[in-house]
Amino acid sequence: MNIYLEQLPQQLINGLTLGGVYALIAIGYTMVYGILGMLNFAHGEIYMIGGFTGWWVLHLLTRNNQVIMNSALVISLMIVLAMAVSGLVGILTERFAYRPLRNAPRINLLLSALGVSIFLQNLVLTYQGAKVRVFHIASLIPQDLRVFHVGSTVFSFMRVMVISVTFLLMALLTVVIKKTKVGKAMRATAQDIEAATFMGIDVDRIVVVVFLIGSALGGAAGTMVGLLFTQVDYYVGFQAGLKGFTAAVLGGIGSIYGAMLGGILLGLAESLAVTFLPSAYKDVVAFTILIIILIIRPQGLMGEKIPEKV
Amino acid sequence: MTEMTPTPILEFENVDTYYGNIQVLYDINFKVYPGELVCLLGGNASGKSTTLKTILGVCKIKKGTVKLRNERVNGLPTKKIIARGVAIVPENRRIFPRMTVLENLEMGAYLRSDKNQVKEDIEKIFELFPRLKERINQAGVTLSGGEQQMLAMGRALLSNPDILLMDEPSMGLSPRLVDQQFELIEKVNRQGTTIFMVEQNANMALSIAHRGYVLQTGSIVLTDTAQRLLNNTMMQEAYLGGTEACETSGGTKIP
Repeated sequence: MNIYLEQLPQQLINGLTLGGVYALIAIGYTMVYGILGMLNFAHGEIYMIGGFTGWWVLHLLTRNNQVIMNSALVISLMIVLAMAVSGLVGILTERFAYRPLRNAPRINLLLSALGVSIFLQNLVLTYQGAKVRVFHIASLIPQDLRVFHVGSTVFSFMRVMVISVTFLLMALLTVVIKKTKVGKAMRATAQDIEAATFMGIDVDRIVVVVFLIGSALGGAAGTMVGLLFTQVDYYVGFQAGLKGFTAAVLGGIGSIYGAMLGGILLGLAESLAVTFLPSAYKDVVAFTILIIILIIRPQGLMGEKIPEKV
Repeated sequence: MTEMTPTPILEFENVDTYYGNIQVLYDINFKVYPGELVCLLGGNASGKSTTLKTILGVCKIKKGTVKLRNERVNGLPTKKIIARGVAIVPENRRIFPRMTVLENLEMGAYLRSDKNQVKEDIEKIFELFPRLKERINQAGVTLSGGEQQMLAMGRALLSNPDILLMDEPSMGLSPRLVDQQFELIEKVNRQGTTIFMVEQNANMALSIAHRGYVLQTGSIVLTDTAQRLLNNTMMQEAYLGGTEACETSGGTKIP
């Protein structure tokens, strides 16, 4: 038992890292679902494109296995550009694949999202190939900074960085939706799209902002996972999308705070499972928790049962 | 209104509206002048809601003109029509359920950029509805029906509308709340807001309105002052449930 307890802080750190990333992906699913009532199955691919963007930024800024700029600047550029590119791809998919179907039956939107997912995967496959791209992060962080120990717990620099950035992004998002005019308009639109129109809110613009924010966060997640696990390929979006979607459902789809909570819980659950069970059971534990919560609380942890509008 | 007629705030000229291939409104004509409280009466499926949706640009018209202050607005998207000074208290109120009372009110002022004036106006709404101030940080969904009605009204007024549209204000309210609701509409109108109200409860609506139009299967069949409509035999029989035949007093009967 002692050996498990010793591992606990370590697994908590790992779980928080993973959970933060799941939360960022889940936010994109939940925000789009909240406004359009659709599951954006292409969201995993947006994440994957963020990973590739981060890889390219790092690749272009590396000469002879040395980054040519300050490491902090390189990491910031990777994240910011990944957010920009993923955000742009998100806006484009909304404009060309979803907006024309706004008044069509929901199933058409869903099929369109699947189509976009396949399209983006194959686009990347065509132009980037199927081989795994490796992030050469060796020169990014000086050897003595890479890991540090507190007691028996190992903190890697990357994990601390990922946790900090994910929580910073979530805090920023919270301020935006709570305090700013556009954030309040987003919530209003999600709660009653027609009433929002009656307030003079330009719903089309709000949908664009939602795709921009959700996709940018997904892109940031993609790059950060690349930095953590040092690889990306054209197919990583599938698994990540599945986990993000699970986190969103766990938290209560449509609820942004639910997505944050669901992501973190899912990450922690997976990590803790590995402490007690063989690591192959990681996903089994995650999905078992999902099933149990959905049986007890079908609307998810923070989802609210709002009566159907008349 | 005999010599110089002021510009109507809202005007329909020979409007035909369709849902797909099905015609819903037939040659609709009406005017709402500044300061008036005008009601549009009619039973189920008479085209009342469609008329409101036509004003808001939700339903597109095939023929005719919708004018706001003498400017044609049909064909404009809803947000542009709202920006021209139209506000609506929708059927069933449509409060944003998980936003606070204050946030709901702020949404009403979404298109305004005069922040300080908005703050003052919110205070004025709180003077008009002290109950809302008590619940300022409560989520909309936790309010009672009557409070939601106040909030929907306050929210609509915060856009400083030239004309306030009311869709079935008595719908879903208990009889006591219906009385309160109509007193409130009257009060807001007498404070200077022009109101165009769509309502099934003809008695109630006519008791506070200046004028009324009666809609039947998509056509306006009768129009007059509210007082005369209340005494009109045809109205008595069709909508007011009255049995004693009052003297038919004029009323422009539209064939």
